[in-house]
Amino acid sequence: MKIHNTRGGRIFDAANYVFLSVIGLITLLPFVYVFAGSFATEAEITRRAFFVWPEQFTLGSYEYIFATPAFVRALVTTILVTAVGTLVQLAFTVTMAYPLAKKTLRGRNLILSLVVFAMVFSGGMIPTFLLVKDLGLLNSYWALILPAAINPFSLIIIKNFFQELPAELEESAKMDGATEIGILWRILLPLSKPVLATFALFYAVGIWNDFMSPLLYLSDNSKWTLQMYLRQVTAASDLLGTGNVDPNYIPPEQGIKFAVIVVATLPILIFYPFLQKHFAKGMLIGSVKG
Amino acid sequence: MAAPVIDTLAGERTRGTAPAPRKRGRFSVHFAHYKWLYLLLLPGVVYFAVFRYAPMYGVSIAFKDYVPFLGVNGSPWVGFRNFEDFFANPDFPRLLGNTLILAFLNLGVAFPLTIILALLLNEVRLSILKRTVQTLVYIPHFLSWTIVASLSFLLFALDIGPMFQFLNSVMGTNIDFLSDPAWFRPLIVLQEIWKNTGWGTIIFLAALSTVDQDQYEAAIIDGAGRFRRVWHITLPAIRSTIIVMLILAIGQMLNTGFEQIYLMTNALNREVADVFDTYVYFVGITQGAYSYSTAVGLFKSLVGIVLIFGTNWLAKRFNQSGLF
Repeated sequence: MKIHNTRGGRIFDAANYVFLSVIGLITLLPFVYVFAGSFATEAEITRRAFFVWPEQFTLGSYEYIFATPAFVRALVTTILVTAVGTLVQLAFTVTMAYPLAKKTLRGRNLILSLVVFAMVFSGGMIPTFLLVKDLGLLNSYWALILPAAINPFSLIIIKNFFQELPAELEESAKMDGATEIGILWRILLPLSKPVLATFALFYAVGIWNDFMSPLLYLSDNSKWTLQMYLRQVTAASDLLGTGNVDPNYIPPEQGIKFAVIVVATLPILIFYPFLQKHFAKGMLIGSVKG
Repeated sequence: MAAPVIDTLAGERTRGTAPAPRKRGRFSVHFAHYKWLYLLLLPGVVYFAVFRYAPMYGVSIAFKDYVPFLGVNGSPWVGFRNFEDFFANPDFPRLLGNTLILAFLNLGVAFPLTIILALLLNEVRLSILKRTVQTLVYIPHFLSWTIVASLSFLLFALDIGPMFQFLNSVMGTNIDFLSDPAWFRPLIVLQEIWKNTGWGTIIFLAALSTVDQDQYEAAIIDGAGRFRRVWHITLPAIRSTIIVMLILAIGQMLNTGFEQIYLMTNALNREVADVFDTYVYFVGITQGAYSYSTAVGLFKSLVGIVLIFGTNWLAKRFNQSGLF
């Protein structure tokens, strides 16, 4: 479609394009600064207020953090918890979504209503904490995974997806003597790969970014995840006074903070192209259904 | 919560298919036939019972004097004493004030900015620019609050932070952004804008893409300029989306975002930083006042429910389509 553009309209367009470009750049600048700073020397970071390219390139900050046992432990822990947690959460969600997709299953409507009720109401921080404590999961990595094992919202979207797959696929498999578990494993899962990949990303980002669960459930600082470590490193000394910071802790130099931020951000940036594509779609599905 | 709402939320009604006819047979026959499906259902049902419904039952400690040794069931009932204590506590007006001020700042600043950004993006006809800007402004949404807080600590640090130095050289100010209580709220709103404004535009851009293009051509023929077209065609077209998002935002008003506030709280700004969510943590987890803090959390949830139904009622009252 061609719209006749007046002179005022052209001026508006030009201003708008410049403005939006500036907004885009402002969003990006903190990353560029931190990325550049992580490769700069300590002297340069203190001397120059802001830069997007280091004068003197060094890997010193990275060498330091990767030689720090606490950092390496936090990084490895977080990678493992994210991987195991994503698999556990996917398994819980898929096994529950599949029976719920069967409209003839008795008790299905009751369970669905209870799932939706749990989307609206929750016990809150303290009752959940006491439950985790009573289950003996404090200072266990399972406390980061199990309380969030099923996201009711994802469950319902996956259930709807299974429901929309053609029923003939299952019927023919049943003729050949396959059980429901066999059908789920051999027929439905391969068909749902793209959908499951989306939710795997969704869960993985959630676990990787989670700060509240480790704060609540991991008081032993040798078990900290990357987000907890990052907070300790960047929250300058402890003027915090909010507890949970190791008293023997020596605040690091600036460059190290930069490097830890880069390591915590990088996986998200690497997966970002997939995230953007699928999450935008997911958000719109949510807006239609919710 | 009425049944139709549950059906809609569960994606049932929207599918437009009639429910399958049920055969009322003996349950044991039905169960034997579907035994594998019930087996698959089991872990999920156990999960919901243990991690979702048990804590809901645990909320009862808000009306008890919880003693860990006695457990949720064994602890003695105290009626509304925890609530009375909370309302009589001088912390209560302070928490309510802090929470509401932050909520209104977010509603008054971040929410309109999202709509404005969506409108500006919608006016862009150069699709490469539009896509690039969208790609950039969506990124921060996926980063953790820990990263956002860390970036703020670096950028606004006293003496060495780029923002500190920039303002120092331009205006000669020496602002201690991170511990001066006066700067706490602006920083929180700024973080919120940086992290979520871009992402928030998605829903408005989707609504904008459905606006009938013929109306614009008719308006151009009638001599309407750029601004008048936005005012008289675009904005009315997305009005219902704006109202739905506003109702949702108001329902979430008291949920100030625990992680963000907690990470930005320090000993010097506690007076303005404490909100319901962080108070529940400090009093409940770090001081062990489980019953009292559960009562505070329950009070907050109830107000949230009243707010969402209240706004929905108001929206319908003014002849707008509500949320449900």
